[in-house]
Amino acid sequence: MNTDYVVPAAYQVVMNWPVIFPELFLLVAACTVMLVDLFVTDPQRRPTFWLTQASIGVFALMQLAYHDNGVTAYGMQGMVVVDPMGHLLAFFAAVSVMMTLAYARPTLGSREMLKGEFFTLSLFVLLGISVMCSANNFLVVYLGLELMSLSLYALVALRRDHAISTEAAMKFFVLGALASGFLLYGLSMMYGATGSLAIPRVFDSIATGNINKEVLVFGVVFVVAGLAFKLGAVPFHMWVPDVYQGAPTAVTLLIAGAPKFAAFAITIRLLVEGMLGLAVDWQQMLIVLAVGSLALGNIAAIAQSNLKRMLAYSTIAQMGFIVLALSAGVVSGNTLSAGNAYSSAMFYMLSYVLTTLGVFGLIMFLSRQGFESEEISDLAGLSQRAPWVAGVMTVFMLSLAGLPPMVGFFAKLSVLQALVSTNATLYIVLAVAAVLFSLIGAFYYLRVVKVMWFDPPVQTAPVQQTQGVAVLLAFNGAAVLLLGPFSGGLMALCRDAIVRALAT
Amino acid sequence: MGLLSAAIWLPIAFGAVLLAIGRDHNAGVVRAVALIGAVASFLVTLPLITGFSNTTVGMQFVEKLPWIDRFNVHYHLGLDGLSLWFVPLTAFITIIVVVAAWEVITERVGQYMGAFLILSGLLVGVFCALDGVLFYVFFEATLIPMYIIIGVWGGPRRVYAAFKFFLYTLLGSLLMLVALVYLYFKSGGSFDILAWHKIPLPLGTQALLFLAFFAAFAVKVPMWPVHTWLPDAHVEAPTGGSVVLAAIMLKLGAYGFLRFSLPIAPDAAREYAWLVIALSLVAVIYIGLVALVQSDMKKLVAYSSIAHMGFVTLGFFIFNELGVAGAIVQMISHGFVSGAMFLCIGVLYDRMHSREISSYGGVANTMPRFAAFALFFAMANCGLPGTAGFVGEWMVILGAVQFNFWVGALASTTLVLGAGYTLWMVKRVYFGDVANDQVRALKDIGGREFLMLALLAGAVLWMGLYPKPITDSMHLSVVELLKHVAISKLQ
Repeated sequence: MNTDYVVPAAYQVVMNWPVIFPELFLLVAACTVMLVDLFVTDPQRRPTFWLTQASIGVFALMQLAYHDNGVTAYGMQGMVVVDPMGHLLAFFAAVSVMMTLAYARPTLGSREMLKGEFFTLSLFVLLGISVMCSANNFLVVYLGLELMSLSLYALVALRRDHAISTEAAMKFFVLGALASGFLLYGLSMMYGATGSLAIPRVFDSIATGNINKEVLVFGVVFVVAGLAFKLGAVPFHMWVPDVYQGAPTAVTLLIAGAPKFAAFAITIRLLVEGMLGLAVDWQQMLIVLAVGSLALGNIAAIAQSNLKRMLAYSTIAQMGFIVLALSAGVVSGNTLSAGNAYSSAMFYMLSYVLTTLGVFGLIMFLSRQGFESEEISDLAGLSQRAPWVAGVMTVFMLSLAGLPPMVGFFAKLSVLQALVSTNATLYIVLAVAAVLFSLIGAFYYLRVVKVMWFDPPVQTAPVQQTQGVAVLLAFNGAAVLLLGPFSGGLMALCRDAIVRALAT
Repeated sequence: MGLLSAAIWLPIAFGAVLLAIGRDHNAGVVRAVALIGAVASFLVTLPLITGFSNTTVGMQFVEKLPWIDRFNVHYHLGLDGLSLWFVPLTAFITIIVVVAAWEVITERVGQYMGAFLILSGLLVGVFCALDGVLFYVFFEATLIPMYIIIGVWGGPRRVYAAFKFFLYTLLGSLLMLVALVYLYFKSGGSFDILAWHKIPLPLGTQALLFLAFFAAFAVKVPMWPVHTWLPDAHVEAPTGGSVVLAAIMLKLGAYGFLRFSLPIAPDAAREYAWLVIALSLVAVIYIGLVALVQSDMKKLVAYSSIAHMGFVTLGFFIFNELGVAGAIVQMISHGFVSGAMFLCIGVLYDRMHSREISSYGGVANTMPRFAAFALFFAMANCGLPGTAGFVGEWMVILGAVQFNFWVGALASTTLVLGAGYTLWMVKRVYFGDVANDQVRALKDIGGREFLMLALLAGAVLWMGLYPKPITDSMHLSVVELLKHVAISKLQ
């Protein structure tokens, strides 16, 4: 009898409750906030707001503490895995939700959307994200995804007497449900081929090689399509412009920020941790998605006059960059560049979300006083009305365009480096194509800068400033500017997290 | 903090302060702070000249700190004979720009001065950087203040010109970025430019790298046929913008050839030398002819800049010491002369709000002191012996004749063409009878304008009469570079 046999950690069937303490805490907090809000009479909803922020703060600290432990553990009978990558992504998602709420509160108040539901649903969104970050089973991925998506559908429709918002919610719901269907169909194929829903078992079955490849690849196609929907990559991008434009800006920010970390997390969990053996198949698909996104996103953004819609197309293009990095992990059967490629994608995602939070926060900051700064032309002459706001927006735009010394440049640099380091002609050509597309991208970002600095102001009223949001915006701008030159630590964190996730 | 860091960050710090405090109601304070910042930034570059050793091969004043460990990027600065003079030149031109804007810029003064001081620091950074990423960061970041400068304080077609300037240069530098990343990979994970000089590369790779760098630097120089952004940018930019553009920013491209293209891809450089020489000659002759027919003074000087920069690239790619050293001297002298030419146009434009040659005539009668300066700089522009313009051109022509008689002969047509377009403009603008009442009402230059033109005139004379300190300090570096380029890097 072989007594040395140890059940692999990933297969251990234990509950290990501490693993999901942060999620449990968040669930309790969400319910508490919902209850407390019933008794709040303050029209500003201050108690609800601060309770929500405090809960998310505690959640974020828990994630950080777990991350610093640096251990990989399994729980709920192998359903969830906690590793530094999951903690890091959940932490970033929590911080972005906190920033979203802080940016959103003044605007919500003036739009009569400042209700308890907003905060509760936001907490559920975060819970869904967190569940996805630590999913170790196809079903858990789906569970987290639906929790997040359903909350977001409701949030988009929060302004229910507003026609455009309702339309956006409808589109978002129908297309989102379609995407979930794709993903679920793909996962069921995977289950059919491998006989398991547990991600490590799927990985191992693929590694053995004696399974029906056709069914597997068929399943992968649907999984990738579902993920592309969530990331908003071409040709599954149709919902992005409509939802970004139609949703109230506060909700747009919630959609554009934290959920991107979840999309990244499940992409890594499903494609890399589950199906690295099929990398050759899904990488080809990712390359097509990436090039399509870069081309369509950048070119379509030029034609937009609505700022939010332009940013939606810009998001599509930015996702193209991330997908491109994700496609460069395995080169001719060699996974040496995997850590490099995925960590650069993660860093890119981080820099993108940080900048996006600022941009939409700034749009809300400006839209508060009577007029919506939704058209690009509304920003005309901002540099004369509020120089520092224009300066911060310039930093954001140039970061999205990938200009040094902003953080966006270093993100692009790390992705380019990941592509070129594969030393495969295909990826070097893709790197050249990506930079040429980002040249096109520079045009429409620069146009925003032009409108703010070169055009005369349409209205001369000075920008009314809300102290708290102004400070947050300034910090956000400083972060985008300074995290570029001082990005070494964050890059190392991302790399470390990815390397550990790959090691298990 | 080392001297080079001080030279980079001092103006940037002053610029940031100006952006923070600068409002139109305290314009006086803003101007004073800007001048103090510019002068202080210039003073910290002086120890670089006095402390530079002409007998040391390799980099001096080196500073090296780890920056981004993940990619092995270093904050690595240093100067050698090729780059030494551009640092004080940049700081000097910035003082001139601040003085030139003193009474002229009345709107958003803080932002104007701040942008120029920040730009100055970034430009110094480009010349000092010895790390690929650091170089790229400075190289690209210079676009941002210049874009704002052209777009905010520029002429009627400023938006078009600003976009054209930005996107043209960005296209080139993005291709360079891929090349930098490729070199990082090839060198086994290092962004050290000096280490890149040593890695052997097959000819095909060298050719691709050379072309990628060529895309970045040829646009920046600019070489024919990718020069079309320059006349637009020059014409629309405010005077200070034109001065910095002509005096410093064009030099970034030429400097890039010396620091990247030649030493990293020497075999490809020799292989494609004929192409660069041909394009340079086209710039010298064809652009010289184009300059002849311009009716706008700024356009004329812009085309003349392209022709002069053609001389610089010609000098680099004939691979002899006279050619390369002459080209660097030409870069420095062109910095003074073209800056001065644009300032002269600025002086006239401030008074008449016209750059058309035909709106002037007989300015020498009403502005005798100014006309004397203008004539002097015009002479320097066409290469009169005793002025800065002569030294570099003469050395390059000698080098070109050594290389090939016909190349030398074609290059020397610049002496005829340059004299033609410059002097013809001078004749039409400054001499003859007073053309109209506006010219009759012109007031001669005051003390501020006299000061800035006199400073430049002094520099031009000094370089023309005693260029020895400059040629001496670059001698060893040029010899080293040529030795390096002569050795094949093929495996």
